[in-house]
Amino acid sequence: MLSVELKHRLPDFSLDVRFEAPLGVTVLFGRSGTGKTTVVQAVAGLLCPDRARIMVDGEVLGDTDQRHWLPPHKRRMGYVFQDARLFPHLTVRQNLLYGQKFAPRGSKPESLDRVVELLGIGSLLHRRPGLLSGGEKQRVAIGRALLSAPRMLLADEPLAALDEARKAEILPYFERLRDEIGIPILYVSHSAAEVARLATTVVVMQDGRVRHQGAAADVLADPEVMPTGVRSAGALLKARVHCHHSDGLTELEAGGVALFLPRIDRTPGTTVRVRIAAHEVILSRQRPEGLSALNILPGQVEHIRTGSGPGAMVSLRTPAGRVLARVTRRSAAALDLAPGVDCHAVLKTVSIAPVDIGRGQ
Amino acid sequence: MSGVTAWLGPQEWQAVQLSLRVSFWATLAALPLALLVAHALARRQFRGKQLLNGLVHLPLVLPPVVTGYLLLMVFAPKAPVGAALQQFGVVFAFRWTGAALAAAIMGFPLMVRAIRLSIEAVDPKLEEAAATLGASRPWVFITVTLPLILPGVLAGAVLGFAKAMGEFGATITFVSNIPGQTQTLPSAIYAFLQVPGGESAALRLTLISVAIALAALLLSEWLARRVAARVGGR
Repeated sequence: MLSVELKHRLPDFSLDVRFEAPLGVTVLFGRSGTGKTTVVQAVAGLLCPDRARIMVDGEVLGDTDQRHWLPPHKRRMGYVFQDARLFPHLTVRQNLLYGQKFAPRGSKPESLDRVVELLGIGSLLHRRPGLLSGGEKQRVAIGRALLSAPRMLLADEPLAALDEARKAEILPYFERLRDEIGIPILYVSHSAAEVARLATTVVVMQDGRVRHQGAAADVLADPEVMPTGVRSAGALLKARVHCHHSDGLTELEAGGVALFLPRIDRTPGTTVRVRIAAHEVILSRQRPEGLSALNILPGQVEHIRTGSGPGAMVSLRTPAGRVLARVTRRSAAALDLAPGVDCHAVLKTVSIAPVDIGRGQ
Repeated sequence: MSGVTAWLGPQEWQAVQLSLRVSFWATLAALPLALLVAHALARRQFRGKQLLNGLVHLPLVLPPVVTGYLLLMVFAPKAPVGAALQQFGVVFAFRWTGAALAAAIMGFPLMVRAIRLSIEAVDPKLEEAAATLGASRPWVFITVTLPLILPGVLAGAVLGFAKAMGEFGATITFVSNIPGQTQTLPSAIYAFLQVPGGESAALRLTLISVAIALAALLLSEWLARRVAARVGGR
Protein backbone atom coordinates (compact mmCIF):
# COMPACT_ATOMS: atom_id res chain seq x y z
CA MET A 1 0.00 0.00 0.00
CA LEU A 2 1.21 3.43 -0.97
CA SER A 3 0.42 6.45 1.14
CA VAL A 4 1.08 9.98 -0.04
CA GLU A 5 0.97 13.32 1.73
CA LEU A 6 2.20 16.20 -0.34
CA LYS A 7 2.25 19.99 -0.46
CA HIS A 8 3.86 21.82 -3.34
CA ARG A 9 3.64 25.25 -4.93
CA LEU A 10 3.33 25.25 -8.70
CA PRO A 11 3.43 28.40 -10.85
CA ASP A 12 -0.37 28.59 -11.18
CA PHE A 13 -1.69 26.92 -8.07
CA SER A 14 -0.69 24.99 -5.00
CA LEU A 15 -0.94 21.29 -4.53
CA ASP A 16 -2.12 19.80 -1.27
CA VAL A 17 -3.03 16.14 -1.45
CA ARG A 18 -3.25 13.15 0.81
CA PHE A 19 -4.39 9.73 -0.33
CA GLU A 20 -3.73 6.03 -0.13
CA ALA A 21 -3.40 3.52 -2.92
CA PRO A 22 -4.23 -0.03 -1.86
CA LEU A 23 -3.67 -3.14 -3.96
CA GLY A 24 -5.21 -3.08 -7.43
CA VAL A 25 -5.37 -0.08 -9.71
CA THR A 26 -5.70 3.34 -8.11
CA VAL A 27 -6.58 5.93 -10.71
CA LEU A 28 -5.59 9.54 -10.04
CA PHE A 29 -8.45 11.08 -11.95
CA GLY A 30 -8.81 14.71 -12.94
CA ARG A 31 -8.60 17.25 -15.72
CA SER A 32 -5.26 18.20 -17.21
CA GLY A 33 -3.34 20.68 -15.11
CA THR A 34 -4.54 19.62 -11.67
CA GLY A 35 -1.12 18.43 -10.56
CA LYS A 36 -1.55 14.69 -11.11
CA THR A 37 1.78 14.29 -12.87
CA THR A 38 3.56 16.24 -10.14
CA VAL A 39 2.21 13.79 -7.58
CA VAL A 40 3.43 10.78 -9.55
CA GLN A 41 6.83 12.35 -10.15
CA ALA A 42 7.17 12.95 -6.42
CA VAL A 43 6.28 9.33 -5.73
CA ALA A 44 8.97 8.25 -8.21
CA GLY A 45 11.49 10.68 -6.71
CA LEU A 46 11.95 12.60 -9.96
CA LEU A 47 10.82 15.78 -8.24
CA CYS A 48 11.22 16.92 -4.65
CA PRO A 49 8.13 18.85 -3.52
CA ASP A 50 8.12 21.56 -0.86
CA ARG A 51 6.75 19.15 1.72
CA ALA A 52 5.95 15.49 1.35
CA ARG A 53 5.87 12.17 3.07
CA ILE A 54 5.65 9.09 0.89
CA MET A 55 5.50 5.54 2.18
CA VAL A 56 5.21 2.13 0.54
CA ASP A 57 4.38 -0.94 2.62
CA GLY A 58 5.62 0.79 5.77
CA GLU A 59 8.91 1.93 4.25
CA VAL A 60 9.47 5.67 4.00
CA LEU A 61 10.62 6.62 0.51
CA GLY A 62 10.75 10.26 1.34
CA ASP A 63 9.96 12.56 4.21
CA THR A 64 10.97 16.16 3.64
CA ASP A 65 10.49 16.96 7.34
CA GLN A 66 13.18 14.40 8.15
CA ARG A 67 15.32 15.69 5.25
CA HIS A 68 15.06 12.23 3.76
CA TRP A 69 14.40 11.92 0.03
CA LEU A 70 15.47 8.75 -1.76
CA PRO A 71 16.70 9.26 -5.33
CA PRO A 72 14.63 7.56 -8.07
CA HIS A 73 17.02 4.66 -8.58
CA LYS A 74 16.65 3.55 -4.97
CA ARG A 75 12.83 3.60 -4.96
CA ARG A 76 12.03 0.72 -7.29
CA MET A 77 8.97 2.36 -8.72
CA GLY A 78 8.30 1.12 -12.25
CA TYR A 79 7.35 4.19 -14.27
CA VAL A 80 5.40 4.03 -17.52
CA PHE A 81 5.64 7.45 -19.13
CA GLN A 82 3.17 8.99 -21.54
CA ASP A 83 5.90 9.00 -24.20
CA ALA A 84 7.32 5.49 -23.85
CA ARG A 85 10.92 6.74 -23.48
CA LEU A 86 12.52 3.57 -24.80
CA PHE A 87 16.30 3.68 -25.17
CA PRO A 88 16.88 4.25 -28.89
CA HIS A 89 20.32 2.61 -28.98
CA LEU A 90 19.08 -0.68 -27.52
CA THR A 91 16.93 -3.37 -29.06
CA VAL A 92 13.51 -4.12 -27.60
CA ARG A 93 14.97 -7.10 -25.76
CA GLN A 94 17.81 -5.01 -24.29
CA ASN A 95 15.29 -2.35 -23.30
CA LEU A 96 13.20 -4.96 -21.52
CA LEU A 97 16.17 -6.33 -19.61
CA TYR A 98 17.65 -2.92 -18.77
CA GLY A 99 16.31 -2.72 -15.22
CA GLN A 100 17.03 -6.32 -14.33
CA LYS A 101 20.71 -5.78 -13.65
CA PHE A 102 19.87 -3.05 -11.14
CA ALA A 103 17.19 -5.02 -9.30
CA PRO A 104 18.33 -5.80 -5.76
CA ARG A 105 19.43 -9.32 -4.92
CA GLY A 106 16.63 -11.39 -3.56
CA SER A 107 13.94 -9.52 -5.47
CA LYS A 108 12.01 -11.70 -7.85
CA PRO A 109 11.46 -9.91 -11.14
CA GLU A 110 8.92 -11.36 -13.51
CA SER A 111 10.50 -13.63 -16.10
CA LEU A 112 11.14 -12.20 -19.55
CA ASP A 113 9.11 -15.00 -21.15
CA ARG A 114 6.08 -14.29 -19.01
CA VAL A 115 6.15 -10.55 -19.62
CA VAL A 116 6.72 -11.01 -23.35
CA GLU A 117 3.75 -13.37 -23.50
CA LEU A 118 1.57 -11.15 -21.33
CA LEU A 119 2.17 -8.10 -23.52
CA GLY A 120 2.30 -9.91 -26.85
CA ILE A 121 5.67 -8.46 -27.86
CA GLY A 122 7.48 -11.68 -28.80
CA SER A 123 7.85 -10.68 -32.44
CA LEU A 124 9.43 -7.32 -31.57
CA LEU A 125 12.35 -8.49 -29.43
CA HIS A 126 15.10 -7.91 -31.97
CA ARG A 127 13.81 -4.64 -33.34
CA ARG A 128 14.91 -1.11 -32.51
CA PRO A 129 12.39 1.20 -30.81
CA GLY A 130 12.53 3.78 -33.62
CA LEU A 131 10.60 1.47 -35.92
CA LEU A 132 7.81 0.49 -33.52
CA SER A 133 4.29 1.89 -33.57
CA GLY A 134 3.07 3.99 -30.65
CA GLY A 135 1.11 1.11 -29.17
CA GLU A 136 4.02 -1.31 -29.50
CA LYS A 137 6.38 1.17 -27.85
CA GLN A 138 4.02 1.57 -24.92
CA ARG A 139 3.72 -2.20 -24.45
CA VAL A 140 7.50 -2.52 -24.42
CA ALA A 141 7.71 0.34 -21.91
CA ILE A 142 5.24 -1.46 -19.65
CA GLY A 143 7.30 -4.65 -19.93
CA ARG A 144 10.53 -2.80 -19.20
CA ALA A 145 9.05 -1.31 -16.03
CA LEU A 146 7.67 -4.68 -14.90
CA LEU A 147 11.00 -6.46 -15.42
CA SER A 148 12.88 -4.07 -13.13
CA ALA A 149 11.22 -5.84 -10.16
CA PRO A 150 9.31 -2.77 -9.02
CA ARG A 151 7.34 -2.54 -5.80
CA MET A 152 4.68 -0.68 -7.69
CA LEU A 153 3.85 0.51 -11.16
CA LEU A 154 3.31 4.21 -11.87
CA ALA A 155 1.54 4.96 -15.14
CA ASP A 156 1.26 8.61 -16.11
CA GLU A 157 -1.44 8.94 -18.79
CA PRO A 158 0.09 6.01 -20.67
CA LEU A 159 -2.60 6.14 -23.35
CA ALA A 160 -2.92 9.89 -23.81
CA ALA A 161 -0.50 10.05 -26.74
CA LEU A 162 -2.24 7.22 -28.63
CA ASP A 163 -5.17 7.27 -31.02
CA GLU A 164 -8.44 5.51 -30.15
CA ALA A 165 -7.50 2.24 -31.84
CA ARG A 166 -4.15 2.08 -30.02
CA LYS A 167 -5.86 2.91 -26.71
CA ALA A 168 -8.20 -0.02 -27.22
CA GLU A 169 -5.13 -2.13 -27.96
CA ILE A 170 -3.29 -1.22 -24.72
CA LEU A 171 -6.15 -1.13 -22.18
CA PRO A 172 -6.58 -4.93 -22.02
CA TYR A 173 -2.89 -5.28 -21.10
CA PHE A 174 -3.36 -3.06 -18.06
CA GLU A 175 -6.36 -5.21 -17.13
CA ARG A 176 -4.15 -8.28 -17.35
CA LEU A 177 -1.52 -6.62 -15.16
CA ARG A 178 -4.18 -5.83 -12.58
CA ASP A 179 -5.69 -9.31 -12.62
CA GLU A 180 -2.69 -11.55 -13.29
CA ILE A 181 0.44 -9.89 -11.90
CA GLY A 182 -1.09 -8.46 -8.75
CA ILE A 183 1.27 -5.51 -8.57
CA PRO A 184 -0.27 -2.28 -7.22
CA ILE A 185 -0.65 0.33 -9.93
CA LEU A 186 -1.00 4.09 -9.57
CA TYR A 187 -2.54 5.23 -12.84
CA VAL A 188 -3.01 8.85 -13.88
CA SER A 189 -5.89 9.56 -16.24
CA HIS A 190 -8.40 12.15 -17.32
CA SER A 191 -10.58 9.62 -19.13
CA ALA A 192 -13.75 8.26 -17.56
CA ALA A 193 -13.53 5.23 -19.85
CA GLU A 194 -10.12 4.29 -18.46
CA VAL A 195 -11.40 4.71 -14.92
CA ALA A 196 -14.35 2.47 -15.72
CA ARG A 197 -12.14 -0.18 -17.25
CA LEU A 198 -9.27 -0.25 -14.79
CA ALA A 199 -9.90 1.39 -11.46
CA THR A 200 -10.27 -0.46 -8.22
CA THR A 201 -9.99 2.82 -6.33
CA VAL A 202 -10.41 6.31 -7.73
CA VAL A 203 -8.79 9.42 -6.30
CA VAL A 204 -10.50 12.44 -7.85
CA MET A 205 -8.26 15.48 -8.06
CA GLN A 206 -9.40 19.01 -8.70
CA ASP A 207 -7.39 22.23 -8.52
CA GLY A 208 -4.57 20.57 -6.64
CA ARG A 209 -6.79 18.95 -4.00
CA VAL A 210 -8.21 15.48 -3.53
CA ARG A 211 -11.89 15.99 -4.11
CA HIS A 212 -13.05 12.46 -3.45
CA GLN A 213 -11.64 8.99 -2.96
CA GLY A 214 -13.62 5.80 -3.36
CA ALA A 215 -14.60 2.78 -5.42
CA ALA A 216 -14.81 3.26 -9.17
CA ALA A 217 -18.56 2.60 -9.45
CA ASP A 218 -19.37 5.18 -6.75
CA VAL A 219 -17.20 7.90 -8.23
CA LEU A 220 -18.41 7.40 -11.80
CA ALA A 221 -22.02 7.46 -10.68
CA ASP A 222 -21.62 10.69 -8.76
CA PRO A 223 -21.82 13.64 -11.17
CA GLU A 224 -20.88 15.96 -8.30
CA VAL A 225 -17.35 14.60 -8.13
CA MET A 226 -16.84 13.85 -11.82
CA PRO A 227 -14.00 16.19 -12.68
CA THR A 228 -14.45 15.86 -16.41
CA GLY A 229 -18.04 17.10 -16.43
CA VAL A 230 -21.48 15.52 -16.62
CA ARG A 231 -20.93 14.18 -20.12
CA SER A 232 -18.55 11.57 -18.76
CA ALA A 233 -20.78 10.54 -15.84
CA GLY A 234 -22.13 7.04 -16.08
CA ALA A 235 -22.83 3.83 -14.25
CA LEU A 236 -20.61 0.81 -13.96
CA LEU A 237 -22.43 -2.52 -14.09
CA LYS A 238 -20.98 -5.92 -13.31
CA ALA A 239 -22.27 -8.56 -15.68
CA ARG A 240 -21.61 -12.09 -16.85
CA VAL A 241 -21.32 -13.11 -20.48
CA HIS A 242 -24.34 -15.36 -21.08
CA CYS A 243 -24.06 -16.33 -24.76
CA HIS A 244 -23.30 -15.06 -28.24
CA HIS A 245 -26.14 -14.85 -30.75
CA SER A 246 -25.83 -15.61 -34.44
CA ASP A 247 -26.99 -12.10 -35.41
CA GLY A 248 -23.82 -10.56 -33.99
CA LEU A 249 -25.01 -9.73 -30.51
CA THR A 250 -23.65 -10.82 -27.16
CA GLU A 251 -26.10 -11.39 -24.34
CA LEU A 252 -24.97 -10.45 -20.85
CA GLU A 253 -26.73 -11.26 -17.64
CA ALA A 254 -26.66 -8.67 -14.86
CA GLY A 255 -28.70 -9.30 -11.73
CA GLY A 256 -31.13 -11.50 -13.63
CA VAL A 257 -31.68 -8.96 -16.42
CA ALA A 258 -30.51 -9.58 -19.99
CA LEU A 259 -28.34 -6.94 -21.66
CA PHE A 260 -27.58 -7.04 -25.38
CA LEU A 261 -24.35 -5.62 -26.76
CA PRO A 262 -22.57 -5.72 -30.09
CA ARG A 263 -20.59 -8.93 -30.06
CA ILE A 264 -17.63 -8.89 -27.67
CA ASP A 265 -14.77 -11.33 -27.71
CA ARG A 266 -15.27 -13.00 -24.34
CA THR A 267 -16.13 -16.60 -23.53
CA PRO A 268 -19.51 -17.23 -21.90
CA GLY A 269 -19.25 -17.32 -18.13
CA THR A 270 -16.59 -14.61 -17.77
CA THR A 271 -17.46 -11.47 -15.87
CA VAL A 272 -17.16 -8.04 -17.42
CA ARG A 273 -17.63 -4.47 -16.28
CA VAL A 274 -19.74 -2.31 -18.54
CA ARG A 275 -19.81 1.45 -18.40
CA ILE A 276 -23.15 2.97 -19.34
CA ALA A 277 -22.84 6.65 -20.08
CA ALA A 278 -25.64 8.65 -18.45
CA HIS A 279 -26.41 10.68 -21.56
CA GLU A 280 -27.14 7.48 -23.56
CA VAL A 281 -29.96 6.39 -21.26
CA ILE A 282 -33.63 7.17 -21.97
CA LEU A 283 -36.25 6.99 -19.20
CA SER A 284 -39.83 5.74 -19.56
CA ARG A 285 -42.52 5.41 -16.89
CA GLN A 286 -44.30 2.53 -18.68
CA ARG A 287 -42.48 -0.43 -20.11
CA PRO A 288 -42.02 0.77 -23.67
CA GLU A 289 -43.30 -1.32 -26.57
CA GLY A 290 -42.63 -1.15 -30.27
CA LEU A 291 -39.20 0.34 -29.57
CA SER A 292 -36.00 -0.50 -31.41
CA ALA A 293 -33.80 -0.36 -28.30
CA LEU A 294 -33.13 -3.85 -26.99
CA ASN A 295 -32.15 -3.09 -23.41
CA ILE A 296 -34.92 -2.17 -21.02
CA LEU A 297 -34.08 -2.22 -17.32
CA PRO A 298 -36.94 -1.87 -14.82
CA GLY A 299 -36.08 0.12 -11.70
CA GLN A 300 -36.95 2.74 -9.16
CA VAL A 301 -35.79 6.32 -8.97
CA GLU A 302 -33.26 6.70 -6.17
CA HIS A 303 -32.66 10.41 -6.37
CA ILE A 304 -32.62 13.29 -8.83
CA ARG A 305 -29.90 15.90 -8.95
CA THR A 306 -30.41 19.18 -10.69
CA GLY A 307 -28.00 22.03 -11.13
CA SER A 308 -28.32 25.47 -12.64
CA GLY A 309 -28.45 24.13 -16.21
CA PRO A 310 -31.33 22.52 -18.06
CA GLY A 311 -30.21 18.97 -17.19
CA ALA A 312 -31.08 16.57 -14.41
CA MET A 313 -29.17 13.48 -13.36
CA VAL A 314 -31.53 10.68 -12.39
CA SER A 315 -30.16 7.78 -10.43
CA LEU A 316 -32.12 4.55 -10.86
CA ARG A 317 -31.93 1.39 -8.78
CA THR A 318 -32.29 -1.64 -11.08
CA PRO A 319 -31.71 -5.38 -10.55
CA ALA A 320 -28.51 -4.99 -12.62
CA GLY A 321 -27.19 -2.24 -10.35
CA ARG A 322 -27.39 1.51 -10.24
CA VAL A 323 -27.97 3.19 -13.60
CA LEU A 324 -27.59 6.90 -14.26
CA ALA A 325 -29.67 8.80 -16.76
CA ARG A 326 -29.09 12.35 -17.86
CA VAL A 327 -32.35 13.92 -19.00
CA THR A 328 -33.70 17.47 -19.14
CA ARG A 329 -35.39 19.00 -16.14
CA ARG A 330 -38.43 19.47 -18.37
CA SER A 331 -38.63 15.70 -19.05
CA ALA A 332 -38.13 14.90 -15.38
CA ALA A 333 -41.05 17.14 -14.53
CA ALA A 334 -43.23 15.79 -17.36
CA LEU A 335 -42.68 12.21 -16.18
CA ASP A 336 -43.37 13.17 -12.56
CA LEU A 337 -40.04 11.66 -11.56
CA ALA A 338 -39.39 11.59 -7.84
CA PRO A 339 -37.55 9.27 -5.48
CA GLY A 340 -39.36 5.92 -5.18
CA VAL A 341 -41.20 6.19 -8.50
CA ASP A 342 -41.07 3.13 -10.79
CA CYS A 343 -39.31 3.79 -14.06
CA HIS A 344 -37.59 1.99 -16.96
CA ALA A 345 -34.13 2.73 -18.27
CA VAL A 346 -33.83 2.25 -22.03
CA LEU A 347 -30.48 1.77 -23.69
CA LYS A 348 -29.59 1.27 -27.32
CA THR A 349 -27.35 -1.72 -27.91
CA VAL A 350 -24.99 0.23 -30.15
CA SER A 351 -24.50 2.98 -27.59
CA ILE A 352 -22.15 0.70 -25.68
CA ALA A 353 -18.74 1.00 -27.30
CA PRO A 354 -16.05 -1.68 -26.99
CA VAL A 355 -13.94 0.75 -24.95
CA ASP A 356 -16.70 0.74 -22.31
CA ILE A 357 -16.43 -3.00 -21.71
CA GLY A 358 -13.67 -4.25 -19.47
CA ARG A 359 -12.64 -7.39 -17.68
CA GLY A 360 -14.37 -8.04 -14.39
CA GLN A 361 -12.44 -8.77 -11.24
CA MET B 1 54.74 4.15 -46.69
CA SER B 2 58.20 3.94 -48.25
CA GLY B 3 56.79 5.86 -51.20
CA VAL B 4 55.78 8.67 -48.89
CA THR B 5 59.15 8.72 -47.12
CA ALA B 6 60.92 8.79 -50.48
CA TRP B 7 58.68 11.63 -51.64
CA LEU B 8 59.37 13.59 -48.43
CA GLY B 9 62.80 14.60 -47.25
CA PRO B 10 63.95 13.28 -43.82
CA GLN B 11 63.25 16.55 -42.05
CA GLU B 12 59.79 16.75 -43.60
CA TRP B 13 58.99 13.15 -42.69
CA GLN B 14 60.21 13.79 -39.15
CA ALA B 15 57.84 16.77 -38.87
CA VAL B 16 54.85 14.72 -40.08
CA GLN B 17 55.63 11.91 -37.63
CA LEU B 18 56.09 14.32 -34.75
CA SER B 19 52.83 16.11 -35.56
CA LEU B 20 50.95 12.80 -35.59
CA ARG B 21 52.45 11.81 -32.23
CA VAL B 22 51.77 15.22 -30.67
CA SER B 23 48.19 15.30 -31.95
CA PHE B 24 47.46 11.73 -30.88
CA TRP B 25 48.56 12.31 -27.28
CA ALA B 26 47.00 15.76 -27.13
CA THR B 27 43.64 14.32 -28.20
CA LEU B 28 43.83 11.31 -25.90
CA ALA B 29 44.72 13.43 -22.86
CA ALA B 30 42.15 16.15 -23.52
CA LEU B 31 39.22 13.86 -24.33
CA PRO B 32 38.23 12.69 -20.80
CA LEU B 33 38.41 16.23 -19.45
CA ALA B 34 36.45 17.56 -22.43
CA LEU B 35 33.76 14.94 -21.78
CA LEU B 36 33.54 15.96 -18.13
CA VAL B 37 33.37 19.69 -18.89
CA ALA B 38 30.87 19.19 -21.74
CA HIS B 39 28.61 17.14 -19.49
CA ALA B 40 28.76 19.76 -16.75
CA LEU B 41 27.98 22.57 -19.21
CA ALA B 42 25.15 20.63 -20.85
CA ARG B 43 23.43 19.10 -17.83
CA ARG B 44 24.40 20.76 -14.57
CA GLN B 45 23.51 24.08 -13.02
CA PHE B 46 26.28 25.51 -10.88
CA ARG B 47 27.83 28.83 -9.89
CA GLY B 48 30.51 29.99 -12.27
CA LYS B 49 29.10 28.02 -15.20
CA GLN B 50 29.42 31.02 -17.53
CA LEU B 51 32.96 31.62 -16.29
CA LEU B 52 33.91 28.00 -17.04
CA ASN B 53 32.26 28.30 -20.45
CA GLY B 54 34.30 31.44 -21.13
CA LEU B 55 37.57 29.87 -20.00
CA VAL B 56 36.99 26.84 -22.20
CA HIS B 57 36.45 29.02 -25.24
CA LEU B 58 39.25 31.45 -24.48
CA PRO B 59 41.86 29.69 -26.68
CA LEU B 60 39.52 30.09 -29.65
CA VAL B 61 39.60 33.88 -29.45
CA LEU B 62 42.95 34.66 -27.81
CA PRO B 63 45.85 35.21 -30.20
CA PRO B 64 47.68 31.84 -30.14
CA VAL B 65 50.91 33.59 -29.37
CA VAL B 66 49.33 34.86 -26.13
CA THR B 67 48.29 31.33 -25.17
CA GLY B 68 51.82 30.14 -25.90
CA TYR B 69 53.34 32.91 -23.84
CA LEU B 70 50.96 32.20 -20.92
CA LEU B 71 51.97 28.53 -21.07
CA LEU B 72 55.60 29.55 -21.02
CA MET B 73 55.03 31.74 -17.97
CA VAL B 74 53.40 28.84 -16.13
CA PHE B 75 55.42 25.84 -17.31
CA ALA B 76 58.90 27.25 -17.94
CA PRO B 77 61.55 25.42 -15.85
CA LYS B 78 61.96 28.50 -13.66
CA ALA B 79 58.23 29.19 -13.33
CA PRO B 80 56.46 27.89 -10.19
CA VAL B 81 54.40 25.12 -11.82
CA GLY B 82 57.20 24.16 -14.22
CA ALA B 83 59.69 23.91 -11.38
CA ALA B 84 57.33 21.79 -9.28
CA LEU B 85 56.64 19.43 -12.18
CA GLN B 86 60.37 19.14 -12.88
CA GLN B 87 60.72 17.51 -9.43
CA PHE B 88 58.65 14.64 -10.83
CA GLY B 89 60.58 14.56 -14.08
CA VAL B 90 57.80 16.18 -16.07
CA VAL B 91 59.09 18.84 -18.43
CA PHE B 92 56.96 20.68 -20.98
CA ALA B 93 59.02 23.63 -22.17
CA PHE B 94 60.91 23.02 -25.42
CA ARG B 95 59.89 19.35 -25.51
CA TRP B 96 57.41 17.52 -27.71
CA THR B 97 55.25 17.05 -24.58
CA GLY B 98 54.94 20.82 -24.45
CA ALA B 99 53.79 20.82 -28.07
CA ALA B 100 51.19 18.22 -27.10
CA LEU B 101 50.04 20.38 -24.15
CA ALA B 102 49.71 23.45 -26.37
CA ALA B 103 47.84 21.43 -29.01
CA ALA B 104 45.52 19.94 -26.38
CA ILE B 105 44.62 23.37 -25.03
CA MET B 106 44.01 24.80 -28.50
CA GLY B 107 41.85 21.81 -29.54
CA PHE B 108 39.94 21.65 -26.25
CA PRO B 109 37.18 24.18 -27.10
CA LEU B 110 36.38 22.37 -30.34
CA MET B 111 36.09 19.04 -28.51
CA VAL B 112 33.90 20.48 -25.76
CA ARG B 113 31.60 22.13 -28.30
CA ALA B 114 31.06 18.96 -30.33
CA ILE B 115 30.48 16.79 -27.26
CA ARG B 116 28.25 19.35 -25.57
CA LEU B 117 26.01 19.59 -28.63
CA SER B 118 25.63 15.82 -28.76
CA ILE B 119 24.81 15.63 -25.04
CA GLU B 120 22.18 18.34 -25.49
CA ALA B 121 20.63 16.26 -28.29
CA VAL B 122 19.99 13.43 -25.82
CA ASP B 123 16.56 13.77 -24.23
CA PRO B 124 17.02 14.09 -20.44
CA LYS B 125 13.74 12.18 -20.15
CA LEU B 126 15.60 9.06 -21.23
CA GLU B 127 18.02 9.57 -18.36
CA GLU B 128 15.06 9.99 -16.00
CA ALA B 129 13.57 6.76 -17.30
CA ALA B 130 16.86 4.95 -16.67
CA ALA B 131 16.90 6.26 -13.09
CA THR B 132 13.39 4.93 -12.41
CA LEU B 133 14.63 1.54 -13.65
CA GLY B 134 17.25 1.51 -10.91
CA ALA B 135 20.31 3.06 -12.56
CA SER B 136 22.37 5.44 -10.42
CA ARG B 137 23.80 8.60 -12.02
CA PRO B 138 27.12 7.05 -13.12
CA TRP B 139 25.29 4.03 -14.56
CA VAL B 140 22.84 6.27 -16.38
CA PHE B 141 25.80 8.03 -17.96
CA ILE B 142 27.59 4.81 -18.91
CA THR B 143 24.58 2.88 -20.20
CA VAL B 144 22.41 5.60 -21.76
CA THR B 145 24.15 8.95 -22.27
CA LEU B 146 27.57 7.75 -23.39
CA PRO B 147 26.39 5.23 -26.00
CA LEU B 148 24.05 7.84 -27.48
CA ILE B 149 26.74 10.51 -27.72
CA LEU B 150 29.60 8.23 -28.77
CA PRO B 151 29.61 9.43 -32.38
CA GLY B 152 29.61 13.00 -31.06
CA VAL B 153 32.55 12.24 -28.80
CA LEU B 154 34.44 10.75 -31.73
CA ALA B 155 33.57 13.77 -33.87
CA GLY B 156 34.96 16.00 -31.14
CA ALA B 157 38.11 13.91 -31.00
CA VAL B 158 38.57 14.12 -34.77
CA LEU B 159 38.15 17.90 -34.72
CA GLY B 160 40.55 18.20 -31.79
CA PHE B 161 43.08 16.03 -33.60
CA ALA B 162 42.84 18.13 -36.76
CA LYS B 163 43.23 21.33 -34.76
CA ALA B 164 46.26 19.84 -33.01
CA MET B 165 47.80 18.94 -36.37
CA GLY B 166 47.49 22.57 -37.43
CA GLU B 167 48.52 24.29 -34.21
CA PHE B 168 51.32 26.81 -34.82
CA GLY B 169 51.33 30.04 -32.86
CA ALA B 170 51.09 28.71 -29.32
CA THR B 171 53.43 25.82 -30.12
CA ILE B 172 56.24 27.90 -31.59
CA THR B 173 55.98 30.41 -28.73
CA PHE B 174 55.92 27.77 -26.00
CA VAL B 175 58.32 25.09 -27.29
CA SER B 176 60.10 26.83 -30.20
CA ASN B 177 60.91 25.17 -33.52
CA ILE B 178 63.57 22.51 -32.93
CA PRO B 179 63.77 19.94 -35.75
CA GLY B 180 63.14 16.42 -34.40
CA GLN B 181 62.12 17.85 -31.01
CA THR B 182 59.33 20.36 -31.41
CA GLN B 183 59.18 21.03 -35.12
CA THR B 184 55.61 20.05 -35.99
CA LEU B 185 54.18 20.13 -39.49
CA PRO B 186 53.14 23.83 -39.50
CA SER B 187 56.43 24.86 -37.84
CA ALA B 188 58.31 22.94 -40.53
CA ILE B 189 56.36 24.70 -43.31
CA TYR B 190 57.21 28.02 -41.69
CA ALA B 191 60.91 27.04 -41.40
CA PHE B 192 61.10 25.90 -45.04
CA LEU B 193 59.60 29.17 -46.20
CA GLN B 194 62.34 31.09 -44.35
CA VAL B 195 65.17 29.50 -46.38
CA PRO B 196 65.80 29.91 -50.15
CA GLY B 197 64.72 26.82 -52.15
CA GLY B 198 62.44 25.50 -49.40
CA GLU B 199 59.22 26.14 -51.36
CA SER B 200 58.85 22.64 -52.78
CA ALA B 201 59.19 21.04 -49.32
CA ALA B 202 56.71 23.55 -47.93
CA LEU B 203 54.28 22.72 -50.75
CA ARG B 204 54.48 18.98 -50.06
CA LEU B 205 53.75 19.54 -46.36
CA THR B 206 50.94 21.92 -47.26
CA LEU B 207 49.30 19.23 -49.39
CA ILE B 208 49.51 16.80 -46.49
CA SER B 209 48.00 19.41 -44.16
CA VAL B 210 45.09 20.08 -46.47
CA ALA B 211 44.41 16.36 -46.91
CA ILE B 212 44.41 15.69 -43.17
CA ALA B 213 42.18 18.68 -42.39
CA LEU B 214 39.68 17.80 -45.10
CA ALA B 215 39.51 14.14 -44.09
CA ALA B 216 38.97 15.15 -40.45
CA LEU B 217 36.14 17.53 -41.32
CA LEU B 218 34.37 14.97 -43.51
CA LEU B 219 34.76 12.29 -40.84
CA SER B 220 33.41 14.53 -38.07
CA GLU B 221 30.41 15.55 -40.22
CA TRP B 222 29.64 11.90 -40.90
CA LEU B 223 29.92 11.05 -37.20
CA ALA B 224 27.64 13.94 -36.26
CA ARG B 225 24.97 12.57 -38.61
CA ARG B 226 25.36 9.19 -36.90
CA VAL B 227 24.41 10.85 -33.58
CA ALA B 228 21.17 12.07 -35.04
CA ALA B 229 20.35 8.62 -36.41
CA ARG B 230 21.26 6.96 -33.15
CA VAL B 231 19.18 9.26 -31.00
CA GLY B 232 16.31 8.62 -33.43
CA GLY B 233 16.65 4.89 -32.74
CA ARG B 234 16.98 3.47 -36.24
